[in-house]
Amino acid sequence: MMAGALYRQSTRRRAAALGVFVLLALLPPVLQAFGQEFYISFAARVLIFALAATSLNFIVGFGGMVAFGHAAFFGAGAYTAAVLMEMGFASAFVAWPAAVTVSALLALGIGFVSLRTRGVYFIMITLAFAQMLYYLAISMKTWGGDDGLSLATRSAFGPLDLKHDPTFYWVALASLGLCLYLLDRITHARFGRVLQAIRENESRMEGLGFPVLGYKLLCFVIGAAIAGLAGALIANHGQLASPNLLQWTQSGTLLVMVIVGGVGTLYGGAVGAVVLLLAEEVLAHYTTHWHAALGLILLLVVFRAPKGIAAWVHGLFGRGEKHE
Amino acid sequence: MACSDGAKSMSESLLVIDGISRHFGGVTALAEVSFSVAAGEVHALIGPNGAGKTTLIHQISGAQRPDAGRIVFCGEDVTALPMHTRVQRGMARSWQITNVFNRLTLLDNVVLAVKGRQRDWGSGFRFWQPVDDEQALIDEARCWLAEVGLGERERSLAGSLAHGEQRQLEVVLALATKPKLLLLDEPMAGTGPEESERMVALIGKLARHVTILLVEHDMDAVFRLADRLSVLVGGRLVCTGLPDEVRAHPEVRRAYLGEDA
Amino acid sequence: MTQLFLEQALNGLQFGLMLFLLAAGLTLVFGIMDMINLAHGSLYMVGAYLAAAAAAASGSFVIGVLAAVAGTMAVGALLELAVLRRLYVRDHLSQVLATFALILVANEAVRMIWGDQPVMLNAPEALAGPVDIAGFSYPAFRLLIIAVGVLVALTLYVAVTMTRVGMWVRAGASNREMTEALGINVKRLFTIVFSVGAGLCALAGAMLGPLLAVQVGMGESILILAFVVIVIGGIGSIRGALVGSLLVGVGDTLGRALLPWLLRSFLPGEVAAHLGPALAAILIYVLMAAILFWKPAGLFPARG
Repeated sequence: MMAGALYRQSTRRRAAALGVFVLLALLPPVLQAFGQEFYISFAARVLIFALAATSLNFIVGFGGMVAFGHAAFFGAGAYTAAVLMEMGFASAFVAWPAAVTVSALLALGIGFVSLRTRGVYFIMITLAFAQMLYYLAISMKTWGGDDGLSLATRSAFGPLDLKHDPTFYWVALASLGLCLYLLDRITHARFGRVLQAIRENESRMEGLGFPVLGYKLLCFVIGAAIAGLAGALIANHGQLASPNLLQWTQSGTLLVMVIVGGVGTLYGGAVGAVVLLLAEEVLAHYTTHWHAALGLILLLVVFRAPKGIAAWVHGLFGRGEKHE
Repeated sequence: MACSDGAKSMSESLLVIDGISRHFGGVTALAEVSFSVAAGEVHALIGPNGAGKTTLIHQISGAQRPDAGRIVFCGEDVTALPMHTRVQRGMARSWQITNVFNRLTLLDNVVLAVKGRQRDWGSGFRFWQPVDDEQALIDEARCWLAEVGLGERERSLAGSLAHGEQRQLEVVLALATKPKLLLLDEPMAGTGPEESERMVALIGKLARHVTILLVEHDMDAVFRLADRLSVLVGGRLVCTGLPDEVRAHPEVRRAYLGEDA
Repeated sequence: MTQLFLEQALNGLQFGLMLFLLAAGLTLVFGIMDMINLAHGSLYMVGAYLAAAAAAASGSFVIGVLAAVAGTMAVGALLELAVLRRLYVRDHLSQVLATFALILVANEAVRMIWGDQPVMLNAPEALAGPVDIAGFSYPAFRLLIIAVGVLVALTLYVAVTMTRVGMWVRAGASNREMTEALGINVKRLFTIVFSVGAGLCALAGAMLGPLLAVQVGMGESILILAFVVIVIGGIGSIRGALVGSLLVGVGDTLGRALLPWLLRSFLPGEVAAHLGPALAAILIYVLMAAILFWKPAGLFPARG
């Protein structure tokens, strides 16, 4: 019923996504068969960034808020997991929900102040708040200061041994899958519809009686909460909560993933993360100055593929689709 | 299912504008404007360009806050309330420059308006159920579109409509919230004679069910529709009253017709 | 104690004035073209590197500064014409992506030419020592920075408020469409504004070079502060940029110097030692949040 700019997932796309999910689950044994076990860890890292980028896409693409401080929530999740581990809470079932909660509360505070502004102001304020957290983290010696806070071990996940790389990979994959499923439901439910309508025309929505600020804030918090989970995962992955996770360049990288992958599409964040991290890996083999190559590629994307890659893929799957 | 709502309320002031002033930097856009709109009437707000009419609509609807003065709606002081709360209380507006959801279909546009009406916070805060099974909303939206003859175009994107049709959509969106007070900001802006005629007919029909504060330049339409008028010149209220009184008022004549009127 | 306070206040003034050089150009970019430009810090970096190279080649600091300003102005103009111009019509996300990409390219380009290690830029011999003022000694070079900063601020003030070009710039920052409608070639005006802004960045980079390290990525940290300044001061307003810069410069410097000491006087040593630096680090951002809460558009927004 809803065509036009309101996001609509087709059963074909969902099926394709499920297919990809299954393939990804088979990755560890395949890599092991080829003796490329090292890449399982890399793949897990890609999945975690896919999750972080997806959470940002919810805020940017569906909520229409160009937030440049997502690193704050990503890093906060990591630090929460690390601090709790330090305090003796090694269980994932304590640390990870805590990471989610901390990031959500942080977003509530930051969002409440920031969402009173918009446009360029909003971008700069979210950037500044994230940077504030970065400076806070490096000045707190109890949290490792410049070097960050290490985790003695990966979280205890019940019967599963997260120290075993393939197991960790599967847990990361499951987290990504779960969050994508939740976001799929949210964007198609009434909340998601109202949110996208706000993105389309905020003043009109206000004029139709919707408490716009409340919706945007909730969207912001949900995105942050998922980023918090990603943060807990990345802290576990490298067994380190590094202040670099909080740097504005991290926010920038996540935003780049979102844009490259396709703003406002459900899988855009994940696609962007995969493309960017793979590109980095490949380019790094050819030259130490791969940053420049990456920069040039990004410029190409901005000027030649403005809607990102997922939108292009969408076009492939969506062509000839009738409304249901 | 009837699209329009029920009876007119008693003839008392639905909206009271009391001493509203607004400045922008050094410029005074509104200076102590006071008048009232009675329930059930069509009240026209007229004045030369730049007189502050749209600014006043912004103050009333809540898009801006006045520097001084009060706005009383249905007996309650709403000056401090945000726009969406005023809308929930029964005040709706249309915009002078078309402000619809360009990238959504007409049907989606109106469904949103209907959806906004559900006066509980939880109405939009549903996260699980896919929304396509809301037939009741869709039916009502269709009804509204039919009211203005846009039923055929329900699948078109709002941005693809002709100007006159967009102005109609603009009004329908405000209408679909079933307000007690409708603030129409130049609904006929930029429309040709045929479309204007349609709009006048529509407003005339609406006037039976809803109180309307109409800002318009089209004097013909204004005098056909209005029960009472208020005239704004240079941010000041020059006079308010019945059409004949206003027509004869010397300052109004001066503002519109020049010194030798 | 007073000496410490005075010294830090002067340091803050000096830093604030240099911040102003960056913020002034940046606020006009945001104000006139509604474009978010992350690569502004890269111009500052390019300026510092050019100054170091020219100074090393010629043996003169002054030549270094002049070369930096001229060179960066040229780079800025080129950048504007080649890349940034196409971004004005795009949405903010695209602008973020493109200018972020420019940072990557700029940092790598500098790395390719000068390598990873910081480069030396020395203050002029004559100003290497301290000077006696009001009974205490203060580095002569820092006084020069203050003098240069004040001079530039005054010149900008005069240019923006008292010349016709300045009026166009203010009009453009306040309402671009209207200014265009009045027949002003905003595009050309903007290239000039951007180029001047780049020159100011270079001046800041060259002046601060001897004090801070000239290295890859130096632009990013100061860029964030410039953003804070603009948010506080109001987009499009030079006056706001000046007030904001002084607030941030002095506030940050004094805060870092005095806050730990202050806390130590009424909190137990352990706590103060940890809390002090942390609070000092985030003081500016708390200030920004407080100002925003009260005035979401900044202190002197150019647009109503």
